[in-house]
Amino acid sequence: MNPLSGQIVNLFAAMLLLIAFAMLSQRRIVTLIHLFALQGAALVGSTATVAFATGQTHLIYSAAITLALKVVLLPWILHRLIRRLNVKWDIETLINIPTMMLVGIALVVFSFNLALPISQFSQSIARGTLGIALACVLLSFLMMITRSKAVPQVIGFLSMENSLFFAATSATYGMPMVVELGIALDVLVGMVILGVFLFQIREQFDSLDIHHLEKLKED
Amino acid sequence: MNFEGILAQLTAMAVALVVAPLLVGWVNMCRAWLQNRSAPSLLLPFRMLHKLFWKESIVANEATAIFRLAPYVVFGCMLLASMIIPTLSTNLPLAPAADAIALVGLFALARLFLSLAAMDIGTAFGSLGARREMLVGFLAEPAFLMVLFTASLISSSTSLATIVSSLAHRELTILPSLAFAGVAFTMISLAENARVPVDNPATHLELTMIHEALILEYSGRHLALMEWAAALKLFAYSCAGLALFFPWGIAEAYDHRAVLFALPVLLAKLAVGGFLLALIETALAKMRIFRVPEFLATAFLLGVLALLVHLLLGA
Repeated sequence: MNPLSGQIVNLFAAMLLLIAFAMLSQRRIVTLIHLFALQGAALVGSTATVAFATGQTHLIYSAAITLALKVVLLPWILHRLIRRLNVKWDIETLINIPTMMLVGIALVVFSFNLALPISQFSQSIARGTLGIALACVLLSFLMMITRSKAVPQVIGFLSMENSLFFAATSATYGMPMVVELGIALDVLVGMVILGVFLFQIREQFDSLDIHHLEKLKED
Repeated sequence: MNFEGILAQLTAMAVALVVAPLLVGWVNMCRAWLQNRSAPSLLLPFRMLHKLFWKESIVANEATAIFRLAPYVVFGCMLLASMIIPTLSTNLPLAPAADAIALVGLFALARLFLSLAAMDIGTAFGSLGARREMLVGFLAEPAFLMVLFTASLISSSTSLATIVSSLAHRELTILPSLAFAGVAFTMISLAENARVPVDNPATHLELTMIHEALILEYSGRHLALMEWAAALKLFAYSCAGLALFFPWGIAEAYDHRAVLFALPVLLAKLAVGGFLLALIETALAKMRIFRVPEFLATAFLLGVLALLVHLLLGA
């Protein structure tokens, strides 16, 4: 384990945090998908660095799965989805963006403080980045809460899964291969189901605003 | 303070005074090339200053002393700022006079006088420009402070000379916090120097201008000083960015050969920086004034993230 790979992992972690904030402040759905693909790429980079630095072969496989699934396949599905749903531009946020940024900073401070005692128990080379992973999870949550349309919420869900994966890699060198394969397939199936679901929402209400789902019966 | 120190300080001042208009000319030249226009001469800002200094200054009847005083105060602030920031060497007698926080205060003083002078005449454009300048300023200052605090934490000093020499000396490590701070600093410099995403330096369209609206009533030598001060501000911000993020090649102690080597390095770095600035200005469109708070909030966010990432990762 040389210090350089630790620094590279830190750099990728910082990039993930930056992308999480960029997604939070983004107004266009197309750019949001590009950012999601970029987040996947940063994740592949950090996983591969940890894998080569520590000689954990299963991490190489999981980096390859991430590359295929989260950088290529899922963004492609999302692009197709928004083309067929014909939503490209509009994202309405419930809170204005500068306020959301300040809430985001508070979340980052909270999660850095929370992760500090936990990461001291870890033996991994990337234990310092646990706080960043936690912050990314919370920021994805925030994105899901503050968006009123369905597609950005789906992207928020996917980016939360990315952050959880990063947390697992940074704290414990990743989960067993079976679990990782299971999660990867779950995300893929979930994406397909959510895609069908989006079409159903639009059939029913003529819009993707999930406020319509709050009513249980027609009035 | 010895003779050599004073000589170094005077050299730095002369370089700032000469290079600042050249930098403006170079940015305009690059911008013209990128937009497929025939470029104006590199010396155009000098000819402009020469012309303005020989012209008569006309002052409005209602103007008070502030209006006459402001160009000298603004010019003085910018000159002092570009002498405090280590441009050629880190060994400057004036460096202990002001640290990074006082530097921000110096810029704020210049902004205050600029805005007061603009409001002094009582024209609609002046007060409109002053309000916009203050809007940009009060959002950009905390972000700038955050960037400087990050650099101070890394080198554990708020003195600019110490920051730069410690950053120039450390072994090559990847510092994510400095990357965040660098992006934030670029955004702040664009806003503070009235560059394209926030303000258009070439515009005379009344409703969109910020910097031009402030100096609309000035003429003659007052205008020349204001223009020169704006060029010095761009130079000071560029040098601060270069010193914080690309400190290599700066002279450590005052020594003739080191300074002789530092000058071409500085000019090369400024040339690259000016070209990148022209590229940014060509590629981006000016944003609505109501989007500016969002732009600067992002810069502030990046500055705070740089600070937090430094505290968490220790890098």
